[in-house]
Amino acid sequence: MIPRRLIPGFLAAFAAFAVDAQTISPDRARNLAAACSGCHNTGSPDALSRLAGRSKEALVGQMMQFKSGVRPSTVMGQLAKGYTDAEIEAIAAYFAAQGSGTTSR
Amino acid sequence: MKRRDFLKATAAAGAATRFPSVRAQSRRSLGRVIVVGGGYGGATAAKYLRRWSGGAIEVLLVERSAEFVSCPVSNLVLGGTKSLANITRSYVAFADHGVQVIHDVVTAVDGKSGKLTLQHGGDLSWDRLIVSPGIQLMHDRIEGYDAKAQETVLHAWKAGPETLALRKQLEAMHDGGVFVIAIPLAPYRCPPAPYERACQVASYFKRAKPHSKVLILDANEDLTSEASLFKAAWSELYRGMIEHRPNSEVREVDARAMLAKTDFDSVKGDVLNVLPPMRAGEIARAAGLITANARWCGVDWLSMESIAQKNIHVLGDSVLPAPAMPKSGHMANQHGKLAAAAIVELMNGREPDPQPVLTSTCYSFVSDKEAIHVASVHRYNAAEKTFEPVHGAGGVSPARSEAEGTYGWAWAQAIWNDMLG
Repeated sequence: MIPRRLIPGFLAAFAAFAVDAQTISPDRARNLAAACSGCHNTGSPDALSRLAGRSKEALVGQMMQFKSGVRPSTVMGQLAKGYTDAEIEAIAAYFAAQGSGTTSR
Repeated sequence: MKRRDFLKATAAAGAATRFPSVRAQSRRSLGRVIVVGGGYGGATAAKYLRRWSGGAIEVLLVERSAEFVSCPVSNLVLGGTKSLANITRSYVAFADHGVQVIHDVVTAVDGKSGKLTLQHGGDLSWDRLIVSPGIQLMHDRIEGYDAKAQETVLHAWKAGPETLALRKQLEAMHDGGVFVIAIPLAPYRCPPAPYERACQVASYFKRAKPHSKVLILDANEDLTSEASLFKAAWSELYRGMIEHRPNSEVREVDARAMLAKTDFDSVKGDVLNVLPPMRAGEIARAAGLITANARWCGVDWLSMESIAQKNIHVLGDSVLPAPAMPKSGHMANQHGKLAAAAIVELMNGREPDPQPVLTSTCYSFVSDKEAIHVASVHRYNAAEKTFEPVHGAGGVSPARSEAEGTYGWAWAQAIWNDMLG
């Protein structure tokens, strides 16, 4: 692991990645998140939530509610069930690290 | 985390921020990738190759059409609620991503020397080639479906001028006429789309010419997608207007008499819309990429690289699908991202992601406002070397709804932005 004292000097993006770094690499998190951006990118209409720049906790919380069915949905629950909890964490961390104005993410 | 991984992580984070052009100048070039076909697969791959290589891979996109016209949602043009302009998008944003777009047609591919030939623009060489040509319609599999017949019997299975031409035929048809749509055996491009088309045409008939009928001649033994949802829409929204005949493969058309013939029957229509069997796009055949049933291209699912030709990757509808993997626009978009990620790794001398996951969400409009969906998640199985649908994930709508109609149209805007924005 990276010594903790090194982290503050780097992008917040990296700090968020580091949470799941041991199981899911940053590149793999990026690849997993790319599945979401087909529908959820900064060019998405209001009907589809934009994910970039939202907090990891909020994103994980909503995805877990979709996955369990606590939060009703048309599509999201069906898709969320296809991902492990660790993958959902990594995807959420990836989007949390993006600026909300980042082009079409 | 090891130092090497740590550096990789910061590089990835850097590439994801706002200064790709600065990074591009400071990094060595990894080579050139040419993408043939600017649809859901190819356009996505071109954009993400630039983004994920930090500009280190030169990307050329060869596309014959001046603009992108979407096959998904194009049935709404037939229904009359959307225009062709509503489903057309420009390629201009590719300049911002550093993708060079060449509007031309690839006439030959030489895998050995890594070169292709353009109809107008001469030869181009590549380090890796991506072929994403969609489908080729096999008109010759249906007797009488020759060039002359194709002037009046349309497929409209590639969105564009033919979509408008079919709409004009529907508008010109008299009230009380019959629209016949013939569906080939699966696999074909976009499984639910013929049934959606039946709904859209019936929706138009219901408003404009209520004595007319839709007859579906289906080569398959049942609907190939969302059967109960479509059947519910047909009986509840279009009672008596839509007839579905399973096990009815059209083997011959008579364009002069407007007849569609199966082994058992000859059916007269006022508008005939015959979808012939389909195979991988012509350039995939010319490049020697077809490996299955003389129709589809087998790939290594970790990279989308052809199993027949090294350094050539195939995307979208041309690919021999993994089990339960649909030939959908959304899936082609996912193929594009998988290939882009894998090619960046391969051109850096590394291995592709060994555990890719793909999703597909496909909306079908059953009326002017209501839609249904089918969704799936596909995970790579290393032992089987293929993707498998994730058990317990995915599914279809519980019922059609206006909410899903809103989501369906929003989906189109969003994915067009993802690939072209």
